[in-house]
Amino acid sequence: MKTFKIGGVHPRENKITAGQPITVAPLPQQAVILLSQHIGAPAQCIVEKGDSVKVGTLLAKANGFVSANIHSPVSGTIAKIDTVADGSGYQKPAIYINVEGDEWNESIDRSEELIKECNLDAQAIIDKIDQMGIVGIGGATFPTKVKLMPPPNMKPEVLIINAVECEPYLTNDHALMMAKADQIIVGIEILMKAVRVERTFIGIEANKPDAIELFKQKTQNRKDIEVVSLQCRYPQGGEKQLIDAVIGRQVASGALPVSTGAIVQNVATAHAVYEAVQKNKPLIERVVTVTGKSLARPGNYLARMGMPISQLIEVAGGMPQDTGKIVLGGPMMGRATANIDTPTGKGTSGILVIPESEAHRHEPSPCIRCAKCVSACPMGLEPYLLSKAVAIGNLEIAEERNIYDCIECGCCSYSCPAHRPLLDYIRQGKGKVMAIMRSRAAEKK
Amino acid sequence: MNKLIVSPSPHTHSGLSTAQCMYGVLIALIPTFLISIYFFGIDALLVTTTAVIACLLFEFLIQKYLLKKAPTLGDGTAILTGVLLAFNLPASIPLWIVVIGALFAIGVGKMAFGGLGNNIFNPALAGRIFLLISFPQQMTTWPTPAPWGASVDAVTGPTTLNILKRGNIEEIANIDVINTLIGNSGGSFGEVGAIALIIGFVYLLWRKIITWHIPVSIILTVFLFSFAVTIKEGLEYAIIFAELQIFSGGLLLGAIFMATDYVTSPMTRGGMILYGILIGIITVVIRLWGAYPEGMSFAIFIMNGATPLINKYMKPKRFGEVVKHG
Amino acid sequence: MNIITISIISLATIGAIAALILYVIAQRFKVDEDPRIDEVEKALPGANCGGCGKAGCRSFAESCVKASSLEGMLCPVGGNKVMQQIATILGKEAHEAESRVAVVRCNGSCQHRPQTNTYEGAHNCAITHNLYAGNTGCAYGCLGCGDCVSVCSLGAISIDPETHLPVVNIDICGGCGACSRVCPRNIIEIRKKGPKGRGVYVACMNKEKGGVARKACEVACIGCSKCAKECKFEAITIANNLSYIDSDKCKMCRKCVDACPTGAILAVNFPPRKVVEPATPSTETTPSDNK
Repeated sequence: MKTFKIGGVHPRENKITAGQPITVAPLPQQAVILLSQHIGAPAQCIVEKGDSVKVGTLLAKANGFVSANIHSPVSGTIAKIDTVADGSGYQKPAIYINVEGDEWNESIDRSEELIKECNLDAQAIIDKIDQMGIVGIGGATFPTKVKLMPPPNMKPEVLIINAVECEPYLTNDHALMMAKADQIIVGIEILMKAVRVERTFIGIEANKPDAIELFKQKTQNRKDIEVVSLQCRYPQGGEKQLIDAVIGRQVASGALPVSTGAIVQNVATAHAVYEAVQKNKPLIERVVTVTGKSLARPGNYLARMGMPISQLIEVAGGMPQDTGKIVLGGPMMGRATANIDTPTGKGTSGILVIPESEAHRHEPSPCIRCAKCVSACPMGLEPYLLSKAVAIGNLEIAEERNIYDCIECGCCSYSCPAHRPLLDYIRQGKGKVMAIMRSRAAEKK
Repeated sequence: MNKLIVSPSPHTHSGLSTAQCMYGVLIALIPTFLISIYFFGIDALLVTTTAVIACLLFEFLIQKYLLKKAPTLGDGTAILTGVLLAFNLPASIPLWIVVIGALFAIGVGKMAFGGLGNNIFNPALAGRIFLLISFPQQMTTWPTPAPWGASVDAVTGPTTLNILKRGNIEEIANIDVINTLIGNSGGSFGEVGAIALIIGFVYLLWRKIITWHIPVSIILTVFLFSFAVTIKEGLEYAIIFAELQIFSGGLLLGAIFMATDYVTSPMTRGGMILYGILIGIITVVIRLWGAYPEGMSFAIFIMNGATPLINKYMKPKRFGEVVKHG
Repeated sequence: MNIITISIISLATIGAIAALILYVIAQRFKVDEDPRIDEVEKALPGANCGGCGKAGCRSFAESCVKASSLEGMLCPVGGNKVMQQIATILGKEAHEAESRVAVVRCNGSCQHRPQTNTYEGAHNCAITHNLYAGNTGCAYGCLGCGDCVSVCSLGAISIDPETHLPVVNIDICGGCGACSRVCPRNIIEIRKKGPKGRGVYVACMNKEKGGVARKACEVACIGCSKCAKECKFEAITIANNLSYIDSDKCKMCRKCVDACPTGAILAVNFPPRKVVEPATPSTETTPSDNK
């Protein structure tokens, strides 16, 4: 079975919500819409206090090339435009909407009917995706239209659909694949048309045999879409690792992934593209896996953006007594939060409630140079060395040893028997080194 | 509800801790320990116990009273050092020498460099080499193995390596390879049972505590190198000679348990293989042309010293370095 | 006897030859350096803190010797005393510069600012700051991991085990600014060191609106501008819901301290006030008291 070539780990999968169908979560009473639900500049608010909005009304416009439109996920009245503490606890600009009923914009086609035909040309498709505020909803929330418009000197050859879901616990993509296979395939066709490629691989990890079976069956008569079953290994869902696993090409250090000729899109993004292009539906809701060993009703919930995570946890059976940590996303790359009132956004793939017994980090002990981090690193770096270099402030060594290649997957900290916070330091150093490199490049110009 | 915990990602761990690695190695040494008790009797047990207790005691005293920090005896590293030191000693050695060896191993080999993780040389090996140089008489007096029940023979027998070194072809041809495999031969009591050591190796690989790179590269190098230098004496002889080189002396114990010591071995796969090959070459050179019959300890010791250099120059294969194809 | 003689003679010869070679080489490769550089370096405190803007004490000494005038040159650690010595060594005129000191502008001890969650990552302020707002409700306050402590080459800062806040020892601190640069939240400010180390400053950096700030911390500045109204010297400005006292303009009358409704303004190293007398800017009248 195919997989990527360097490093990687296989954490316990803990996919307790696997096989659970998508349940629609109730609407919140007040939705709080962050203006920054994507990588890049926060969107520019275009509504005012007191305005009434419907589901799908444009609330904020993309502010620059790497940015995305934000639409209203609920109908009601704008209560205020203020700040809200996001998952990190820092105050971020946000729009508060008091929810009244559930009235949708007329332009959105809410029927279940599958529309296969798409008569738009590539540019029109990309414009539509841009308009509807689609971002990569695998977690990175990079605006999709930017990825669909590679630099003119790079010609994409294949499209790779990321249906790997290598993060433990998360099953939102799996649930979506089982429920919306036809829509996803139409979404893939649209994406292929947008980037003008003839061939698509759907990468699915072997722990989802039902999804592999379903997609193989749906695509058995076609030559342009191929399902690739991949060995379960983290971080296979990383863009670079996935390209390596599926077509055996490695992105050079510092290069764009598209330089290998592959464009990677998440499977849920493909579904969002279908809804945007065929149904005129902006990205206002997504499947969120609310999971945890002590939750009463863990599941895959279709939730509107802007719902406080405490309400989603309530829907899943309420906050367990023994909760020790709440993570937005999966346990390997998700962000722990102390703020249970933080609203969900386009990038919230999961809410993981970890019981206290499993939530603590162990006290670090001295590095015994066991080299487990070196073997685990999927980028071929030396985490022990980088982490130490950053801790003692020697950024030259860190740069010389390619700290900027780090994808922050966490395999090093995960495998360290001394429980050293390797990634904590490397992430910090990577930020600093990249800032130095940028300022150096700017000076040269 | 309790206060929530916040930390950077990842929020999960493989569960393998330093102590578990160390205890894993100890478990892997159990078959060897049993074999040594079978052949060397109560002496093997006494030497091991003394070494372990002495190592633990010295580690405790140094950490508590010299370094003034909380002792970390629970991580199993001092126990492991004690066991490995003992396994590298003859069963008949006076116990006070074992204590001196333990003091040197822990005090000089480990703590003087800054404790766990900072030592350049494998502490057990440092202890053994110190004893070998300081007490050459006691350190090279090997009791003849006698299966459990039989009275332990006080007469010291030649080790297989002594015979190999003498290079008498007839004598070598008479050595029973089976005896070296099960451990019925002279030598330090932890190094004689080849099969038991290999069982331990398989266990370590299965638990993913070590990788195959260092042991396999050492063993292959020793085999090929000693085969190459004796091939002129005939193919059959060369094979037996090379086989005996592997199964005798501290080679397997060294290759599997001493050279793979995390702290003192290289970090990258390539570095590990280079380290293994060089240990193999140095071992054979010392065994065949050096003053000592056994060269494994010295070979590992020398390469321990070269490890920082290997770490500096042998970098892991980076992602994206592979030539693009397709 | 013979052997001993031979050994002594041969050893002595080897020694003599080695000494000769060393001498010749030392003469050959001698670098001519102004001997005053060494003298100046000796006078410097040797903290190598970089607070003067040079790479270290040696490089500061070099530039002192080279410079035509000592104006603008200040070793923040040694202060005027050391600069005076250097001036004497070099025969140049000394320029008085006011001494400066690091001030921690956060008073959010555990008592004033309740902990709302537990942080378990690497013990490093910069990492914590990048991760989240911290283990209290205040996104501007001290994180208490001690980056400032580890960066201080003089050992002038320590974390108070009770308040979890950094404490600057003003007798040691030279105001080099290393801590101020390393603090991810810019809590540490280098301010003018008043007579006997006295100072009046706003011990808060919270830029939130009053209510939010106060909710997170009892002693937060809520930007009410009462202090600014009270101040006769226009030393206080309010920006972003936060008050700031300019140490160059402040005359240390301490009226603002009394005016502050939350107790966010601290007056440090003043002698305890006499109850009867109204607060006067007393400088010379009371005996020195550093705490």
